[in-house]
Amino acid sequence: MPSLKDLRTRINSVKSTQKITSAMKMVAASKLRRAQSQAEAARPYAERMERVLVALAQSVRGSPTAPRMLVGTGADRVHLIVAVTGDRGLAGAFNSSIGRAARNLARRLEAEGKTVKIFAVGRKGRDLLRREMAEALIGDVSYAGKKRVEFSDAEEIAQRITAMLAAGEIDVATLVYNRFHSVISQIVTETQLIPVPVPEGAEQAEPPASRAMYEFEPDEETILARLLPQNLAIQIYRALLESSAGFYGAQMTAMDNATRNAGDMIKRLTLNYNRARQANITKELIEIISGAEAAV
Amino acid sequence: MPVGLEIVSPEKLLLSRPVDMVVIPASEGDLGVLPGHSPMIVMLRGGTIRIHEGGQVTSTLFVSGGFAEITPERCTVLASEVLPPAELSRAEADRRLAEAEAAYAAADKMDVAALEAEMDRMQSARAMREAAEAP
Repeated sequence: MPSLKDLRTRINSVKSTQKITSAMKMVAASKLRRAQSQAEAARPYAERMERVLVALAQSVRGSPTAPRMLVGTGADRVHLIVAVTGDRGLAGAFNSSIGRAARNLARRLEAEGKTVKIFAVGRKGRDLLRREMAEALIGDVSYAGKKRVEFSDAEEIAQRITAMLAAGEIDVATLVYNRFHSVISQIVTETQLIPVPVPEGAEQAEPPASRAMYEFEPDEETILARLLPQNLAIQIYRALLESSAGFYGAQMTAMDNATRNAGDMIKRLTLNYNRARQANITKELIEIISGAEAAV
Repeated sequence: MPVGLEIVSPEKLLLSRPVDMVVIPASEGDLGVLPGHSPMIVMLRGGTIRIHEGGQVTSTLFVSGGFAEITPERCTVLASEVLPPAELSRAEADRRLAEAEAAYAAADKMDVAALEAEMDRMQSARAMREAAEAP
């Protein structure tokens, strides 16, 4: 049986933990709102970019000089996995589920006899993957201490991937990130970056009138050479934003749970404390009464 | 009948409204877009977008480059970066120009694509300087 003093200290320590977790929950909630609106603001560009890309891709399809980023290198040997995680913990399974997804994908590809390279975005992902697949990890970036994701961050990653592709170091690139579904659920999503997946069905789905032939200025390939890296950056930017919104959602949920657990714990400890206090009083009363009786 | 103009940057949708005519800085020369324009996809150089309404230029925006999709009903500008005239500064333009020139000098002279990209950046920075100096 712990003494009264021990119980009091425990209760106080749990109370201060609860204060921290509930503050973190509030901070996560406000950051979530900001991240969500940023993700929404970025959507129009991505949608329109996709429309232009589909038109271009359909126009150059089958051309022998089509850029590598669109059709791939023709080989399927070296895979790059870009794993997007958060820079901080205390967000439930947010980071570890990306780690697991990236690892599973890597194992599967390795079992097929392919070489796997991993690029980690976010400090937590780097730490996780370095522990388990250090030999495959070729680079990492993290945005710890940054207030918000900027487009230039995504551009930087895209440039590194483009350089790797140009040097023939990779054939296929896949992005693994947490898609923001709702505050309580983030879906681990794998998106192929290179070769660019072009929706095949789009052509038939549209009415013939809007399938007008575009004129291109300058020619298709010059535009594509500039558009594809931009598209890559956009895809990454979108993933970074989704991931950051998802991260705050996950953190909010985790901290909400922690606050509730702390509340339960305080209740239980307080009950124990009061019981012990009452037992002490009863014991003392008995001692006094029996002492008084003995004196009579 | 107006033409639906949309200007989007990677960060957000900046403008979406019907206008009478818009002049965009396409890579091979300025391009005026009126309703009923034939469908085109063009690359943009650094330059100024001019929006015409009621017979005069109602607003101008500087873009550092990007793409535009033109259909008979609308004109969508996918800009890498959009700056209103008030935010243009000579100093920033000079800084970018110096950066692009340095990158050009350092670039591999056999890598035509990289050289062209740097040339475009230099052009974009010069256009920015011009736009900043214009009244």
